[in-house]
Amino acid sequence: MSASGYESALSRITGVRGVRGAMLVSVSDGLVVAEQLMEGIKGAAVAALAASLATRLGRAMEAGGVGGGVFWHLQAERGALLVVPARAGLLVVAVADPGVNAGLVRLELLRAAESVA
Amino acid sequence: MVLADDIRQLSAQLAQDPHSLVFLRLGELLRQRRQFDVAQRVALNGLERHPHLADAHDLLARIQADRHDYEHAFDEWDMTLRIAPGHTGALKGLAFLYFKVGDLGQAETHLREAKQYDPDDPAVDQALAMVRGGTPAPAGDAAPAAPASPGAAAEPLPEERIFAGLEGAQEGLLLLDGAGRVLGGALRSADGQDATQAVAAYLAGVSQEAGRTAKLLHLGGWVGLSAEGPQGNIHLAAPTGDALLLVVRDRSVPMGRLAVIAQRAALIARRWLERQA
Repeated sequence: MSASGYESALSRITGVRGVRGAMLVSVSDGLVVAEQLMEGIKGAAVAALAASLATRLGRAMEAGGVGGGVFWHLQAERGALLVVPARAGLLVVAVADPGVNAGLVRLELLRAAESVA
Repeated sequence: MVLADDIRQLSAQLAQDPHSLVFLRLGELLRQRRQFDVAQRVALNGLERHPHLADAHDLLARIQADRHDYEHAFDEWDMTLRIAPGHTGALKGLAFLYFKVGDLGQAETHLREAKQYDPDDPAVDQALAMVRGGTPAPAGDAAPAAPASPGAAAEPLPEERIFAGLEGAQEGLLLLDGAGRVLGGALRSADGQDATQAVAAYLAGVSQEAGRTAKLLHLGGWVGLSAEGPQGNIHLAAPTGDALLLVVRDRSVPMGRLAVIAQRAALIARRWLERQA
């Protein structure tokens, strides 16, 4: 997929009200593939931690019999991190405000995951 | 026959005056006849009109307990006590629930409190004797466990001791300490194998990583982590800074509901952890 294709996929996510940024992350090495983040968000560090968290969680879910994760949502006091795995070893990640419409972000993440495959 | 006549008479009275308190007697008679659906409907209708009536919450709790819906029975008796702190029916009811899950200490505490308010109730004395004697719960119910020894926190406990009164307390709840050691609960994989230790091992460190991620993003402390899988959903919560609680359910339980179940379980786990400290 071209860089403009990635940008377009991320734009749909950041277009949701309350989303502060979105990025594509490589699961295997935790590196940023593409990003659209508000100023002040440390994309590289977030990518590394998101990839690590996704890996641990995915293994735990497999062991627990619910299968690999298709969507996960970290809720924090002042915001949230929402992630959908895409094919080709990528994660689509969104950083959002606490009051964001998580269902809508999930849909856009799934759509982006389809388009970047 | 007398009971059926009473039910007919009380139903007629209630139809004439829907605000009447006869719903309490009617609901109780229906419960005794094990007509739980109708009894619950009567109790809920009564509660709509009298939401602050402790006896109405107590009635609903008894019906739910008879239906083995212990989570909601626990909530209703808890509500009863908030409205009427010395309500002996609720105290006995909660004692019953604690006894069923083997928490004899809590059962005795509630019974002793009930005795303070109603010293002449023979049922309280009988129940106290049973609890002090450690008589096992009826067959098929959770067996009472011995009081926890000081070192017991390191040993996995039966999940029902920690998660008493929660929906699905027998399945899919896991409490871990900061090092990934199992404190309570158990999990099985899709093929029925015990997956507790494997899941615990993978989850060790997740709490710290979730915390670091949230901090890095200036999101404050993390409060929950939900994940959706093809065969089920999970929710992670942190009852305390170190501990991690995992709730797993199949996909029929929506993520939002799962979060509510998990938060409730986390609250109970926190209280339990505080008691162990």
